[in-house]
Amino acid sequence: MHADPRGVLTGSHFLDGDHAACEGALAAGARFSAGYPITPSTEIVERFSQRIPKVGGTFIQMEDELAASIAIQGAVWGGAKAFTVTSGPGFSLMMEHIGYAAMTETPCVFVDVQRGGPSTGLPTLPAQADMMQVKWGSHGDYEIIALCPNSPQECFDLTIEAFNLSEKYRVPTFVMMDEVVGHMTEKVVIPPADQIEVEPRHFTSKKPEDFHLYQPGANEVPEMAKAGDGYNIHVTGLTHDERGYPNMTPPMQEVLVNRLRSKIIDNAEKICRFETANLDDADVVVVSYGITSRVAERAISMAREKGLKVGKFRLITAWPFPEKAIREIAVNTKAFVVPELNLGQMVREVERCAGGHAKTIAVPHAGGTVHRPEQILKAILEAAR
Amino acid sequence: MARGSVSIVVERCKACGFCVEFCPTKVLALSSAFNSKGYHPPHVVEADKCSGCDLCGMYCPDFAIHGYRNPKPKAEEPKKETDDAR
Amino acid sequence: MSTIQIQCEPPNPVEEFLRTERMPHIWCPGCGIGTTVNCFTRALIDSKINLKNLSVVSGIGCTGRVAGYVNLDSFHTTHGRAIPFATGLKLANPDLNVVVYSGDGDLFAIGGNHLIHAARRNVDLKVICVNNLIYAMTGGQTAPTTPGDVITSTSPYGTYDPAFNLPALVDAAGAVYVARWTTFHVVQLAKAMKEMFAKKGFGFIEVISPCPTLYQRRNKMGDGLDAMKLYKQLSKVKHGAPTNEVALTKSGEIIVGKFVDRERPEFSDMMNKHLREELGDQYIEEAPACSSCNN
Repeated sequence: MHADPRGVLTGSHFLDGDHAACEGALAAGARFSAGYPITPSTEIVERFSQRIPKVGGTFIQMEDELAASIAIQGAVWGGAKAFTVTSGPGFSLMMEHIGYAAMTETPCVFVDVQRGGPSTGLPTLPAQADMMQVKWGSHGDYEIIALCPNSPQECFDLTIEAFNLSEKYRVPTFVMMDEVVGHMTEKVVIPPADQIEVEPRHFTSKKPEDFHLYQPGANEVPEMAKAGDGYNIHVTGLTHDERGYPNMTPPMQEVLVNRLRSKIIDNAEKICRFETANLDDADVVVVSYGITSRVAERAISMAREKGLKVGKFRLITAWPFPEKAIREIAVNTKAFVVPELNLGQMVREVERCAGGHAKTIAVPHAGGTVHRPEQILKAILEAAR
Repeated sequence: MARGSVSIVVERCKACGFCVEFCPTKVLALSSAFNSKGYHPPHVVEADKCSGCDLCGMYCPDFAIHGYRNPKPKAEEPKKETDDAR
Repeated sequence: MSTIQIQCEPPNPVEEFLRTERMPHIWCPGCGIGTTVNCFTRALIDSKINLKNLSVVSGIGCTGRVAGYVNLDSFHTTHGRAIPFATGLKLANPDLNVVVYSGDGDLFAIGGNHLIHAARRNVDLKVICVNNLIYAMTGGQTAPTTPGDVITSTSPYGTYDPAFNLPALVDAAGAVYVARWTTFHVVQLAKAMKEMFAKKGFGFIEVISPCPTLYQRRNKMGDGLDAMKLYKQLSKVKHGAPTNEVALTKSGEIIVGKFVDRERPEFSDMMNKHLREELGDQYIEEAPACSSCNN
């Protein structure tokens, strides 16, 4: 399905990542947002609040992130595509409702513009330290999809992709930006609406008496419904059966929680996107994402100038983690170098998947600014030894 | 013939006693019978006094009883009874 | 439609509103929540509301389980957050009639902030708060509505801080309809619910209800029926009473009635009016649900 032109600001723009993400949401068909101000994400909803009355839809600033993160889900069940935006402390507050979205299979999008933490940390400075939190932050077993843009253009493109994946897999999805990508201003090209692919919500066409809100269909994903259509749906966070009725027993738990996992993991290869270069003969592969990947590009080219065989693996999808790809690379390379604006998060996944076949070297950073290319180059040189 | 009747879903009853207490004409009493959960459901002890007001139905937290107006001998639509029984 | 048919016996009006395959429910003998559901269904029938557009949103707790038993679009959400969920639901599709059906702890402790903001905004939501003066589902802990001098599982020597006066709080926050009844007052309660459904804006009804298993038992106050008799004895109907005068105590008067019935602009009406004034023709007044997901 093509994007609704009313939300598409076609043209060539000079936008920062936050603003581009807002345009991505609008292009994807988001017509409801509930938010709460938190640096450095606030601009996304500020722009949305300005744009949406002229596109058709609603923005409401809620009293806190707890309210925002559940109001969007109410809106989803009312029939709208919805999203919220936040950063560290707000993201922590949203965790219960992220779990609720995963458990109730409510398609919605959360944008986390990561900043220095923990706690209040560095409100105006970057980090990439919520990467494990986005996957594990809520209690219980569940899977989510998280994308990492590294430019304002990608903030636009990947926000659309987040909405599309959310509808396709009936799962909460995340755009994991960081303060630099959010506040850097670059060229953003927004194509005409008929060149933007948008995933519609998969409302059932079954009759109410034949429809179960949690009966898996294709890809283990159930069809959707909304309030007001006569389906008398029931949505609960309790462990439930295919009708959505609470069934708090171990056998039901086994079935439900495993399906929530497999609907993402079994489709991981379809979902995962990454960008690679020069992997064929690489002795060292630099795995990075977000703003760090831009610094890593420089470090990689500096290393290659020195004659080293260095490859690039940029995570576009951080979760589900591209396990298969990393495992395959691990047997053909000597080492992974993983720079991140944190003290070691995604590097754990790389190391796990490398399975001992390749060294894994972290290039940690406490946050607050980006790596210098020399820091990453140093790690590459050490890895190549 | 009484103006109303009572219908009891014995298995749902938990013998809270609301219907017995708040029936305006004391039509009901808890019986000595047991349902399968061990509760004494109510039974009608003063059938003639039932007006079909359905207060019992409104009070019952277990949806185990309701009252309704008996259809009048000359054909008054039974469908209307349901609206009136409130 | 009906599960009980003996000759031409009319069914219990509540039946068509129940997910009968989920009966019996989990509420204790003598709990008043089921009674409130009877009043709710009578009010829906009398209001002639289009049930297709009726959504019930609840939180966590004994009263929160109402959502799971009613055969309507129903949402059992997280603890304290029924109201913001309901706000999103209503804003996405303003044609929906959204009822929030939850308990005192859910709405006024963890959910208190959301409640006052929704009342402040005057969002078009109908809140039915069953107040059993305790956190029942989790085993009978002190709630912000538990009166002083009451034994609970977390106040084993008795409570010593005062309870919230729910009507006063909601009144102060801006609700346009505020009433209190008890589960003894079934006819008045159904009537109040019907009245509230017909009024646009943030409506609130507090229903005092017994918790025989925890509140009553720990305080040697008998069972559900004893509580109901006490409500009958202690309640005094005072329509229009100033809400700051209707606080509850352990065994004092229970003031019931309709306390607030006023006019205030409703949230969506204010939003649309204002944006239309500011943006004129540029304002696209369209519900988020309409243009979001067209297949």
